[in-house]
Amino acid sequence: MIRDASSPVPSLGKDLLGLEPLSTDQIQLILDTAEPFKEVSERAIKKVPTLRGKTIVNLFYEASTRTRIAFEFAEKRLSADTVNIAAAGSSVEKGESLVDTARNLEAMRIDMVVVRHPSSGAAAFLADRIASNVINAGDGWHEHPTQGLLDLLTIRDKFGRIDGLKVCICGDILHSRVARSNIWGLLKLGAAVAVCGPRSLLPRGIEELGVQVFGRPEEAIEWADVLNVLRLQLERMQGGYIPSLGEFYRVFGITQERLDRAPRDLLILHPGPMNRGVEIDSRVADGPHSVILQQVTNGIAVRMAVLYLLAGGTPERADVSKGEG
Amino acid sequence: MKPILLKGGRVIDPAPQLDQTADVLIEDGRITAVEPNIAAGDGVETVDVSGMVVAPGLIDVHVHFREPGKEEAETVATGAQSAAAGGFTSVCSMPNTQPVTDNQAAVGFIVKQASAANSARVFPYGAISVGQNGEQLAEFARLIEAGVVALSDDGHPVVSSHLMRTALEYAQVFGIPIANHCEELTLADRGTMHEGVVSTRLGLKGIPAAAEDIMVARDVILAELTGGHIHLCHVSTKGAVDIIRRAKDKGVRVTAEVTPHHLTLTHEECEGYNTNAKMNPPLREEADVAALREGLRDGTIDLIATDHAPHHYEAKERDFDEAPFGIIGLETALGLGVHELIGGGVLSLPDLIRRMSTEPARAFHLEGGTLGKGKPADVVVFDPDATWTVDPSRFYSKSRNTPYTDHTLTGRVERTIVGGRTVYERAT
Repeated sequence: MIRDASSPVPSLGKDLLGLEPLSTDQIQLILDTAEPFKEVSERAIKKVPTLRGKTIVNLFYEASTRTRIAFEFAEKRLSADTVNIAAAGSSVEKGESLVDTARNLEAMRIDMVVVRHPSSGAAAFLADRIASNVINAGDGWHEHPTQGLLDLLTIRDKFGRIDGLKVCICGDILHSRVARSNIWGLLKLGAAVAVCGPRSLLPRGIEELGVQVFGRPEEAIEWADVLNVLRLQLERMQGGYIPSLGEFYRVFGITQERLDRAPRDLLILHPGPMNRGVEIDSRVADGPHSVILQQVTNGIAVRMAVLYLLAGGTPERADVSKGEG
Repeated sequence: MKPILLKGGRVIDPAPQLDQTADVLIEDGRITAVEPNIAAGDGVETVDVSGMVVAPGLIDVHVHFREPGKEEAETVATGAQSAAAGGFTSVCSMPNTQPVTDNQAAVGFIVKQASAANSARVFPYGAISVGQNGEQLAEFARLIEAGVVALSDDGHPVVSSHLMRTALEYAQVFGIPIANHCEELTLADRGTMHEGVVSTRLGLKGIPAAAEDIMVARDVILAELTGGHIHLCHVSTKGAVDIIRRAKDKGVRVTAEVTPHHLTLTHEECEGYNTNAKMNPPLREEADVAALREGLRDGTIDLIATDHAPHHYEAKERDFDEAPFGIIGLETALGLGVHELIGGGVLSLPDLIRRMSTEPARAFHLEGGTLGKGKPADVVVFDPDATWTVDPSRFYSKSRNTPYTDHTLTGRVERTIVGGRTVYERAT
């Protein structure tokens, strides 16, 4: 879906904290802006000068491979200067507070902070207190907006639209920031959204967000065009939300046998990292309808778009025609 | 001490159901006359209080003054002065200081600091268990000798039903209440706000209302079993109100308090990860607020208490998960009561005073709570019609952690008198 060129261009504002506060137009803008950036990664020289001279700090208080690397690639392919800070081995270990760390970074005259933090609201907390652009790379159970955006882009690539699709998010919704960002993004773009998982992993009042709830994956598969299968966060399962991983797989696993009974082919997404044989079966993950690796590729384009737009760029002027040098 | 004559106010004393224009004469720290047209004798300080309400000083049975241990947030002196500025003449301070008031020496220190503060009266709670660890009973008799008026492990619920039963039994001979913070911890499981659609949206771990209901039910059952007096701190749920109502119908010795914030705010206040809306029990839903108001109106809930919980600015200036629970309340309680509860048609003015003075005195067996002749002259004078805007920088409390910044309230304290001495007078 391409925006009408005559309509006014919405801006993203200072920060990207979540998809809940964004308008439909703002989300469309990011997805449309991501399109030309996809091509940059296909070149022999994967670099454009768009953010030359900008300094970006990737501040990760939680382990991350995919998201951190995708941000770093996006930044480098836009020619920004980047610094990575992980909580372990930094002044955070010496008890420095989030806001002091950020203010110190800002004193070094940085332009943007990409932050991943175990506490919900941490990105907003930071954004309220520093002048740099803040991009939320996942805060607690709250939101992971760039993941939501790359999921949207991947679905749109496949269907040419989001509007009118039926998307079910499966698994541990309670602890999932990916689920919340997907719910907001999909609803704003006109999809029908459902969640499916054991009731003990669905947060209270989830229906009030405007989503349907399925107790069993068979019902979800019968209904949906797209399944977004979430990672079962093994480290959180100490809390006794489910009896065992084996039982979870047996009742809630997205398996080929279950998909074989679907009335139509379902597009399969997974934000990674996967627990094969827990929430998803390898035949599904590696099957013809899985777009799990396209998600990873799109993750770079979407993040390039977000960085570019927050730096003040407009889609018309996305300077991707000329390569570096 | 100079005698004081408060002239021409609307005198409200709920105990004898007095509500009329009259003068109040205070001599030698006591109330010596309440009647129309008292002539001012020589050397009497006469104060024109026409248009004002003259009432028994407010009593707050649930405050946290952080001394000893966290004097940067509040001391006994600043807390007592904050109380006086809010119209309170007596407060009961919870035992979760550092160290805990689980022994005579620690209690004696609070009593000494309160005496030195020479402002609102501060009555310490003693801990139910040594170190508030929920294991071994503290020495109740010695604590009472040192000056405690009630026992609680507030800050922590009493987890062991056996310990709670024993405390309720053992306290009976001394005639003081056992107060509990009702929260079933395995269900609350380190939640940070009310479990509902707002916690779902914000991605914060919820504390279900059931965590409170379960503990309230247990405690009233144990009060029934033992015949002891259970006082339920800061009731916040509709379910708890229903359970207490049924228990009172059966004649169980239960008293209950509710905070101004649970009567006026909902979990929506946590939007934007507002750490000044983080407290325990958490702000709940509209239906809970309505049930609490009804419970207060019909007497299921006996009294209003603030759970005044000061925290230093730095402590609240962090992400929501990490910020401590609690808000301050002494200087906004009366204004909220008049603005929201009288303005909202829940209570009349005499009912509000009953819930903030008469009933707290009765439940905790404190002197005060009445303007009866010969009683200690603990008196509040306030303008029931004056509106004001909450500006935390003007608080007497050392802390500023309130969700009511910039709220407009009605009812402004003009003068607070403790034992015949004016301890607060509004600057004009």
